[in-house]
Amino acid sequence: MTFDNEMGARLWRLAIWVFIGFFIINLAGIIAAVVVDSFGTSWFNSWLPGGFTTSWYRQAWSAFQLGGVLLVTFEVAGAVLLGSALLGVPAAYALARRDFPGKRFVMLIFVLPLIIPPFTYGIPLASVLYQFGLGGTLTGVILANLMPSVPFVIFILVPFIEQIDPRVEAAARVFGAGTGALLRTVMVPLLVPGILAALLLVLVRTIGMFELTFLTAGPGSQTLVVELYYSVFAAGMRANQSIDAMAVIYMATSLICLVIALRFVDPTQIVGRAKRTAH
Amino acid sequence: MQGMALTPAAPERARLSQRLARRGFDVTTLLLLPALLFVMALFVYPAIYGLWLSLHPMNGGGALANYINFFSDAYKYDTIFTTLKLAIPVTLVNLLISVPIALRVRHMRYQRMLTTILIIPVTLGTVLTAQGMLNYLGPLGWFNRVLMLLGIIHEPVRLVHDFTGVFLSQIVGGFPFCFMLVLSYVTGIDPSLESAAAMLGAGPFARFRHIILPLLGAGLAITFCLAFVQAFAVFPSAVLLGAPSGPTRVIAIAAFHAAYEEYDYSMGSAVAIIMGAVQIIVVMLVMKASSLLYRGPVAGGKG
Repeated sequence: MTFDNEMGARLWRLAIWVFIGFFIINLAGIIAAVVVDSFGTSWFNSWLPGGFTTSWYRQAWSAFQLGGVLLVTFEVAGAVLLGSALLGVPAAYALARRDFPGKRFVMLIFVLPLIIPPFTYGIPLASVLYQFGLGGTLTGVILANLMPSVPFVIFILVPFIEQIDPRVEAAARVFGAGTGALLRTVMVPLLVPGILAALLLVLVRTIGMFELTFLTAGPGSQTLVVELYYSVFAAGMRANQSIDAMAVIYMATSLICLVIALRFVDPTQIVGRAKRTAH
Repeated sequence: MQGMALTPAAPERARLSQRLARRGFDVTTLLLLPALLFVMALFVYPAIYGLWLSLHPMNGGGALANYINFFSDAYKYDTIFTTLKLAIPVTLVNLLISVPIALRVRHMRYQRMLTTILIIPVTLGTVLTAQGMLNYLGPLGWFNRVLMLLGIIHEPVRLVHDFTGVFLSQIVGGFPFCFMLVLSYVTGIDPSLESAAAMLGAGPFARFRHIILPLLGAGLAITFCLAFVQAFAVFPSAVLLGAPSGPTRVIAIAAFHAAYEEYDYSMGSAVAIIMGAVQIIVVMLVMKASSLLYRGPVAGGKG
């Protein structure tokens, strides 16, 4: 009886490890296939390409005008970081420190953009931006990306601020600090780790945000991931290796940001704070 | 003149601000306003505007013309079922795999390393995974080669530009998402409850059935909803990895087609609203079903 249970438990454990291993191997295969192909000369019906070269990168760089695309990507990401900090941090502070009638309603308005997939609200959002003449412009792309980032920053920072002892603030108030001075000299220094973590996650999310940028961008305001989509969509127009070279550049950009982010934050936060917010 | 007008009003105003402060409205609360106005302007207003736009069809024919058009054209309304046929199985599979793994992993030392690896597909996004899968799962890709080498198949199986490709890409991207959420719920369950059950002679299955499952029920329902709405809005992988004019013509493609290829924003908004409505209906059904399960404290008694 005990023996059976022991065997069952061991088989069960084995099955779980086999699945995890299988998943990771395939994931590695998916990524490696892109990387290997981007360095290959020609690859047809064999395990590895015939030879290796870096010329696809030069070709991708000039053919897709990646310099300009990268510039746009970082302009969008930088503006979204700044905007979500300016709008999100004060709001998170207010939500963490004050209870007021209608707070549940405000929370609901902030949580909806996080749980509703971008493609569902992207088309109405894009039509509003076009209505105001912002559709297809860099400003439009920034505003669209900023929209889910502001609530995202708020939901990461609220629990962080709640941990800080309100007596610290009370002490500052006793010594005559107004709200502005309090934020500048007490709260922001205490909050820097939390703000940094939230903004790094916003950076990773903005670089990878396909849907909203895709629906609002026009020529000249496309970020790297949208450019990648168009080149995969029009596969056959250019050599697959050239597309893969661009994919590797995109992958490197977002993985570098991810590695930096993971030094400061718990990976589960990237998936979102749905657990806390959904209750 | 001004001074005279202000003097009697001042105590009244002070009382009002005090009254407001007592209810929680003061200068600090006002810090909320910029963010709230921003989200109102770019989320709530577009939602209302989208509804209004969808009720004003471009080609005339009454307020509901877009909706009547959608539900009378099989090519259009079938996208709902195509998407459901993809999204429900994918979400169930992801959830069913996540639970046993999360239960196992919570006791593990290398938990953080595993979650870091699993976060990679979430970070890279669907477009990159789609391009990778086109290479990897294609007829000449490594996956088919390995299977042929092992003698499992004799000629390459078709995995991309088909329903399978989209299904697999939704697992590559969706499983990590489900797993992280389930893991955070599982770690919230007090392990001493399980130890107590084990001491009283409950086997692994009985412990799962009577302890874990009831405590996890609400969390699983929320995870299902979040994963489902993501899967229901699938777009890039359905276009790049699937057959966007046939078996994987999902509702997001229909919405995009109307708004950006036929330049009919009114119809596009109508499809987007139908998409949101289906998501809300499924979420409400799942939450209703889960409320029938046990709801109570997840932690044990007094520590």
